[in-house]
Amino acid sequence: MENLIALLVAAPLAGAALLLCGGRRLDRAGHWIGTLFALASFALAVPLFTELLGRDAEQRTLHQHLFSWIPVGGFQADVAFQLDQLSMTFVLLITGVGSLIHIYSVGYMEHDERRRRFFGYLNLFLAAMLLLVLADNYLLLYVGWEGVGLASYLLIGFWQHKPSAATAAKKAFLVNRVGDMGLSIAIMLMFTTFGTFAFGPVLGAVGETSEGKLTAIGLMLLLAACGKSAQVPLQSWLGDAMEGPTPVSALIHAATMVTAGVYLITRSGAIFNGAPDAQTAVVVVGAVTLLFGAIVGCAKDDIKKALAGSTMSQIGYMILAAGLGPIGYAFAIMHLVTHGFFKAGLFLGAGSVMHGMNDEVDMRRYGGLRKYMPVTFITFGLGYLAIIGFPGLSGFFSKDKIIEAAFAKGGTEGWILGGAALLGAAITAFYMTRVMLMTFFGEERWRKAPTPSPAEPSVEPAAETRGEYTPPHPHESPKSMTIPMILLAVGSVAAGGLFSINEAFVKWLEPVTDFEHGHPPLSASAITTATIVVMVLGVALAYFQYGRKPVPAVAPRGSLLTRAARRDLLQDDFNHAVLVRGGGELTRALVQLDHSVVDGAVRGTAASMGGLSGRLRQVQNGFARSYAVQMLGGAAVLIAATLLMRGV
Amino acid sequence: MSFPLLTATAAVPAIGAIATAAVPAAKRTVAKWLALLFSLATLVLAAVVAVRFTPGAKGPFQLTESHAWIRSFGVRYELGVDGIAVALIALTALLVPFVILAGWHDADPMEGPEPNRRWRPTQGFFALILAVEAMVVISFEATDVFLFYIFFEAMLIPMYFLIGGFGDRAGSGGEEHSASLRSQAAVKFLLYNLAGGLIMLAAVIGLYAATADQLGSGTFSLTEIVQARADGKLALGTGTERLLFLGFFFAFAVKAPLWPLHTWLPGAMGESTAPVAVLITAVVDKVGTFAMLRFCLQLFPEASSWATPVILVLALVSILYGALLAVGQRDIKRLIAYASISHFGFIIMGIFAMTSQGQGGATLYMVNHGISTAALMLVAGFLISRRGSRLIADYGGVQKAAPVLAGTFLVGGLATLSLPGLAPFVSEFLVLVGTFSRYPAVGIVATVGIVLAALYVLVLYQRTMTGPVKSEVRAMPDLKARELAVVAPLIALLLFLGVYPKPLTDLVNPAVDHTLSVVDQHDPRPDVPVKADAEAAK
Repeated sequence: MENLIALLVAAPLAGAALLLCGGRRLDRAGHWIGTLFALASFALAVPLFTELLGRDAEQRTLHQHLFSWIPVGGFQADVAFQLDQLSMTFVLLITGVGSLIHIYSVGYMEHDERRRRFFGYLNLFLAAMLLLVLADNYLLLYVGWEGVGLASYLLIGFWQHKPSAATAAKKAFLVNRVGDMGLSIAIMLMFTTFGTFAFGPVLGAVGETSEGKLTAIGLMLLLAACGKSAQVPLQSWLGDAMEGPTPVSALIHAATMVTAGVYLITRSGAIFNGAPDAQTAVVVVGAVTLLFGAIVGCAKDDIKKALAGSTMSQIGYMILAAGLGPIGYAFAIMHLVTHGFFKAGLFLGAGSVMHGMNDEVDMRRYGGLRKYMPVTFITFGLGYLAIIGFPGLSGFFSKDKIIEAAFAKGGTEGWILGGAALLGAAITAFYMTRVMLMTFFGEERWRKAPTPSPAEPSVEPAAETRGEYTPPHPHESPKSMTIPMILLAVGSVAAGGLFSINEAFVKWLEPVTDFEHGHPPLSASAITTATIVVMVLGVALAYFQYGRKPVPAVAPRGSLLTRAARRDLLQDDFNHAVLVRGGGELTRALVQLDHSVVDGAVRGTAASMGGLSGRLRQVQNGFARSYAVQMLGGAAVLIAATLLMRGV
Repeated sequence: MSFPLLTATAAVPAIGAIATAAVPAAKRTVAKWLALLFSLATLVLAAVVAVRFTPGAKGPFQLTESHAWIRSFGVRYELGVDGIAVALIALTALLVPFVILAGWHDADPMEGPEPNRRWRPTQGFFALILAVEAMVVISFEATDVFLFYIFFEAMLIPMYFLIGGFGDRAGSGGEEHSASLRSQAAVKFLLYNLAGGLIMLAAVIGLYAATADQLGSGTFSLTEIVQARADGKLALGTGTERLLFLGFFFAFAVKAPLWPLHTWLPGAMGESTAPVAVLITAVVDKVGTFAMLRFCLQLFPEASSWATPVILVLALVSILYGALLAVGQRDIKRLIAYASISHFGFIIMGIFAMTSQGQGGATLYMVNHGISTAALMLVAGFLISRRGSRLIADYGGVQKAAPVLAGTFLVGGLATLSLPGLAPFVSEFLVLVGTFSRYPAVGIVATVGIVLAALYVLVLYQRTMTGPVKSEVRAMPDLKARELAVVAPLIALLLFLGVYPKPLTDLVNPAVDHTLSVVDQHDPRPDVPVKADAEAAK
């Protein structure tokens, strides 16, 4: 049975290789080939899952050793896999949701001439992510980790004739590389500390080393997680990543990529458990990001960017939970899975809206769409209810548990974290209601010609404003798109409840991640009530602002905070001023320096040593021979001197 | 006496050079095929060397040949290979056929009336390439210091003519202007390397004098000197050893360019044709780093340890400085040259980290850097030959017009930024880990290099390949069959060695262990070794 593990990765990898090297011959069937390989991986995952279920809880770890990868001295890296409850959960999510996104893309990318290549990249994405969660050591995980980075680079920049897409792709890769530095250093630290970087031995020997070492490793792993999971301060790539086709956003935000950081921290739980300082850093990052993302999400008029802010925020919840230790790991993963369903559903829904609206993304140009796209409306609506934590739906179960665990951290810290998580829940309800109302309810603003926005005066007036304006004809998307949306909506509704029956999900993960019941200072029912109350408040607030009053077709100038939030809370401006401008100046200065000072100094030394400064001009005219002869003469003198000194 | 395999491996390209040069002026195509044939024959011989070589067998060198040569000076014709040399000979023999194939039309006579009917540039070009190959191969094989020195220096001559005589037909200021830039670059190359070589010559003779002094008869034989040191018969004074070390190291640091001696490389690589640039950075420069491992460390172990801190700092500067300058370049080939300077910093850092991961990684790095730079540079050359410009700003949107070219360029770039799954990742990570385990601060700072590498590669790709299609680019043809035949095998090799580098590590590890034992260095032990548990778990 364990011999199937490698095939999980191999299937989508083979698909990618076939599609990318196969050439134009495969253009006509490429999308189905890609979908088939994704489904094959899912089909392999199911029997492995039932096999694990059939075993005792303690016997649910399978290993497959393929070959020795890099053996140099004490450094032994293997290509070997480990399938346990944690990786199995991820495998099912990645291949399941991933396959649905493949099917959806068949319709969504129908008119793109490079569709075959798109599916090749999607397959590559799945393969890299599967490698990441199935590796049995950190170095092989690193391969998947960067493979995910590569696949996202290729997909974000898929429409690379658009300079904005090419820039966004580059930015994503670069920001991720900063995180990768953290992972490299963490692996190096593990090697010097333990002499290995395989999960089993490292996590088993954690008790034998000092807390300082563990804290260092933990912080480096956190840096890595920040890059891949778009957590503050490495979150800036996520918003721009919306340049990719919408199914890519669904893939990045739900099934792959951003969840990798949560996986890394949960997998390294033993290290973090031994390093309280690193854990504090993790919860701080999580709490800050969950608010940061939520605030950004409130200010965006671009439907995809609003959802991107939401992802950042929801991943913040997961990181927060993972930083809480054994009281939070299982809930972090549970929220990750439920989020996988509803976020994929929301993105595919957004894509469906765009599909029917001539690729318009500005929600101020939407309105009243529920009549025209009923399936999209219902599935998106269920995803909406799930994410705001409407009682009974998936998000309710998973988010509520995280808030409880945050309070259970204890002391002032517990109150701060719990408060932040509650506040985040309120803001989530607010911005998601805003998205819902602006898109599906209210006036049909798309019927009128757009007016140029005073908020962004630099934007050129669109072509339509100059001539006759023809409004779009919103329509429902084809079956290949709506069926995945319906399936994801079912997951958004039911998954949380199913997982919570008898604490089934927690019990399933417990052997890997450990589990402790948290003891919050308030009773569980009080926290649940509070969660529901703040959610209702958020919804009500949004309703009064966007439901009762007409939505202006042009964004009002807004408060200072709104304007800052529109600009991702100025983080990009900071990056641009310091890193891009500063770095640019530095490289320009260095290029000058290299020419005049470094090269000049060497030229000068050579010239003065031989007393040839006057003849330098000749050299530049190409009189190499004379120079060489003089060099030879100089050397002869040197040699003679050496010989004389030795008395030979 | 057995068949002199090592001599043959160097002799075949040398004979090929003469044969190619002798082809009459009108038969250009014959000369090309002849050169390709000889380079392939060399590849076969290199493969035989690799097969006959037994990794981990007793003694430092195998397949040895030894003959007296200049008796009065103790110079011997002494050849032998260890795993490191076998790997680098294989790299050289592998790359040269691709260099020849990629440069198939680089030396075709100019259109229009030929100025001089007796000048045969095509024959010369390919003969010179083979001559370089022969000298590089024998440099990897020589275990006699003087023999090594002769070919280390002699290879400057064909390289000088290759750089100065053949360039892209792609100057903005006309043929005359680019010819003058070219000859300046060639002269600079020659001067830097001559200066290095002559200082080394002084040190070589100094070494002879020292051995003559203490052993009775002078010798240049590496094995004899190492043996004599081990037996305590030869003891260089601290000052003498350091001076001699510096003499050797200076020459190698010019060749492998180490900051601040690197400034000849961007010019030489920028002005020469892409295949010659590959020859410089992927093949010839490797002799420098190889010689650090073989001669600097083994002849002068104590001085090597003494100089380590300074060299590590210079290597670190090279890594960051080269990468930052690469970011600031406007010329595609100069960008790749600065990237190579950064990579040579990694190699030298790995060598002087004095750990098995560092030196094993550095050796792998030499091989992998050769392949990845060849892939990137040769595709860049194909690109430049289509548009007639080396300036990044002259391109844009190539991906749309020539997707295969863009795709191979991207893979070459990803290899250059050491993406896991491709060969350079393995070597770069080993170098980093090997350095980190002894000098954590150096290792951490060097890690910044991986971010900068991503920056210069992706910026280059973005500006040339993506964005709106420029009008000059619109009709650009995609890769031709010959060009694909050059690039595809290199990419396949990058993938293979990234996934399964074990054949290479098995080859190199014993040689690295031997070097480390000569230098008397041991890997640092982990704080909490859990090796036993790991074995038990399996």
